[in-house]
Amino acid sequence: MRTALERRHHENTATVTDPRRSFDIVLRVREFGIIAVLVVFVAVTYGIQHRFLSGQNITFILFDTTIFAFLALGEAMVVIARCVDLSVGSVLGLSAYLCGRLFSVVHGIPIPVVFLVGLLIGLGCGVVNGLIVAVGRVPSLVVTLASLYIIRGIDGLVVGGGVVVASSMPSSFITMGKATIFHVPYVTIVVAILIALGAYYLRSYRSGRELYAIGSNPEAARLVGIRTGWRVFNAFAVSGAIAGVCGVLWASYFGTVDSTAGTGYELQVIAAVVVGGVAIFGGSGTVIGAALGALLLETINTALYVLGISSFWDSAIAGVLLLVAISLDHTITLHVTAARRKRGNRLVT
Amino acid sequence: MTRLTSERTVRGRRIGTIQIAGTRVAANGSGRRIGGHVQEGSGVFAVQHHSDGAAPPVLSVEHAQKTFGAVRALVDVSIDLFAGEVHGLVGENGAGKSTLVKILAGVYRPDAGRLLIDGEEITLRSPSAARNAGIAVIYQEPTLFPDLTVAENVFMGRQPLRSARRIDSASMDGQVRAVLDRLGVRLDPGRITRGLSIADQQIVEIAKALTLDAKVIVMDEPTAALSAVEVGRLFQVVETLRQNGAAILFISHRLDEMFELCQRVTVMRDGLWVLTSPVDALGTDDLVRAMVGRELVTRETAASAKLGAPILSVERLTREGVFLDVTFEVRAGEVVALAGLVGAGRSEVARAIFGIDRYDAGRVTVEGRVLPKASPAAAMEAGIGFVPEDRRQDGLVMSESIERNVALASLRTLRRWGFLRRRSERALATEWARRLQIRYGRLSDPVSNLSGGNQQKVVLAKWLSRNPKILIVDEPTRGIDVATKQEVHRQLLSLASEGVAVLMISSELPEVLHVAGRILVMREGRLVAELAHAEATEHAIIAIATGANEGASR
Repeated sequence: MRTALERRHHENTATVTDPRRSFDIVLRVREFGIIAVLVVFVAVTYGIQHRFLSGQNITFILFDTTIFAFLALGEAMVVIARCVDLSVGSVLGLSAYLCGRLFSVVHGIPIPVVFLVGLLIGLGCGVVNGLIVAVGRVPSLVVTLASLYIIRGIDGLVVGGGVVVASSMPSSFITMGKATIFHVPYVTIVVAILIALGAYYLRSYRSGRELYAIGSNPEAARLVGIRTGWRVFNAFAVSGAIAGVCGVLWASYFGTVDSTAGTGYELQVIAAVVVGGVAIFGGSGTVIGAALGALLLETINTALYVLGISSFWDSAIAGVLLLVAISLDHTITLHVTAARRKRGNRLVT
Repeated sequence: MTRLTSERTVRGRRIGTIQIAGTRVAANGSGRRIGGHVQEGSGVFAVQHHSDGAAPPVLSVEHAQKTFGAVRALVDVSIDLFAGEVHGLVGENGAGKSTLVKILAGVYRPDAGRLLIDGEEITLRSPSAARNAGIAVIYQEPTLFPDLTVAENVFMGRQPLRSARRIDSASMDGQVRAVLDRLGVRLDPGRITRGLSIADQQIVEIAKALTLDAKVIVMDEPTAALSAVEVGRLFQVVETLRQNGAAILFISHRLDEMFELCQRVTVMRDGLWVLTSPVDALGTDDLVRAMVGRELVTRETAASAKLGAPILSVERLTREGVFLDVTFEVRAGEVVALAGLVGAGRSEVARAIFGIDRYDAGRVTVEGRVLPKASPAAAMEAGIGFVPEDRRQDGLVMSESIERNVALASLRTLRRWGFLRRRSERALATEWARRLQIRYGRLSDPVSNLSGGNQQKVVLAKWLSRNPKILIVDEPTRGIDVATKQEVHRQLLSLASEGVAVLMISSELPEVLHVAGRILVMREGRLVAELAHAEATEHAIIAIATGANEGASR
């Protein structure tokens, strides 16, 4: 009879002596989960087709992942703040084309300058998105859905029927993306460092934590004096800037840019972010998780290709993963709430 | 004109000479004599205080006004807060207290009037400006970040920093742990706040204010969700803060708390300042009269109700780790109260009966028929209505209109050919708004516009319109003013007299004693005592609920 109460009592003391841990595990479980699924997928695919882990293939997967993971960094910041940025694919496309064209317009333009231009193009788009969301108080879903079409439209107007081809860009730019060390592209290493910095920023800086606070309870965030509009604006600006830089990477990697570059990327990026454990309604998740989500989706994509399975399965599997991720979120939340409720009865002793 | 002068001490501290002169409470008052002094030509009357003239008020609000659209939330309110003093603020819902709080918090800016801190005029442009000015606010509704830890919630926006402006989480956790210890609460600073009970959420809010080391602490109904023990602990903390020189503005609907905790009290009504007076110069009746502006109808008692057959019976209901072996029945025409500390499992039992939560063993029968587990639809079908504890979260669709909310539980009876008819929704809502005297602008206004008491009436209307046989009400008067509270009590009693079985959960003992014909006391998940109306006293209930009668250690 007494046992239930005693156990509850025991749990109570346990949480007191053992603070942080339960919380951390809940957060990390997702990242472990993704890594586990990833390992299983790689192992199975490798078992069937050894070619899957060839150096060339690894490079291929990593480079594709790099663009998605980088986009996911910006997108995760936006989603954590309970917004969404649907315009990243269009921004990437516009930036890719304009920066590709830049080489033939300004001969001998240094590559870093091109990156800077890409960044500024993206930043401009992000700033507009952010202003309308933060100042105009229009839901970001609507704003960025509009800018998705508007930017793609501008892209179409600028590009017309034109195409930027690899031969119009300097070869140093084209080979830049392909330079590797131990089959790992340099670009991947740079982006990985940026993601790690982003993760550290979101964890350890006030402004980073404030993004979580805004996503968790916007009204409460205002009441504790957080400048919510300013923070959200910044998240959009960063997301835009990253999409702009990704456009330059895209041009370098694919070499051919037309007006459809990056079409549909926004949804793939959001899928990666959610599979990676960022709650779609904000407040929780990490950018490392989001990057791992991107890696997982890309790996599956490649694995199916290598195994000769129709690429239609790719979309289906991505969808299933998304559902699993979201229901997992839901279950964990319910579970945590229930556990808290059971333990919540603080006993007066 | 009467004039009286007296020397008095409050809690060992000499407040000074108090002059009470003048005859009327307020310009639009009932003409009752309580005391008051004509203030320089403003047309309102005040009690002079602190005539020792030493310290100026830490914070004064002078003639603050605030209008929202057509609603005049604050018409003319002045208040002075002094260091080392707990200043009570009472008033009915809609009197403008929360607006005043938000002005002090820097959320709203007054349309007119001045705000002075240490005698200097200041404009609070934002919540952080208020914080920097040394004002901490504990809101009525906890405003936490469910995804973040307790420590992060306490320090959000002002986390302690180490090198390179990084957050020093170790120091953050340490400080929060220290504050929680001071509050005597065992709560892990590293736990996320999702799933915390309302009482614990309130504790986090209080911890937030305490870590600010504020000069002025505004507490907007901090005790509304707390149990008696927790209230006691909070009072100790408030008393310590007061002794350390903080000025505290304490808002509560529980008038006994005013007398227990405060040195002075201010009454507001309809956005107007009514009176400010030392607390010992007033009686409960004076306060109530000043708040309501009229005499309250004498209290009805529950004892006389005629009882019918048992309608709801609960047998050996058990939910692992939550409640154990709970057995009781409620008869037609009876109001049964479930008393106990917050966290004793009362709400959980109610939720299980109504089918929101599962239970592991036992059964619930309504008029002899066993109710299926975990099915609110079946519970409703069987004639149970459930007014939940958290009306904003669980009881209402806040953004929807009054009429939609009232009609929500009766959709089946309102539809014709599968379509809902707006006319019947409105007819239903009009009928119940009239019966429960809901104060509203238009029935199509969102319920979020209503004051707390009127929101609660909408929840009641929603269930009453179904003609329930059994009504379960969880903290039916939490955050509701005295007059509305009495209306709700009257409503519960009249329901019972119509033969409805009412199961009420309440942490307010006067309410329990007043309304309930029978009182069940829960402790640590078990039903430990049953008291008849005649034998129940506050003391007895507290003793049983805390286990004090069994010599349990505290």
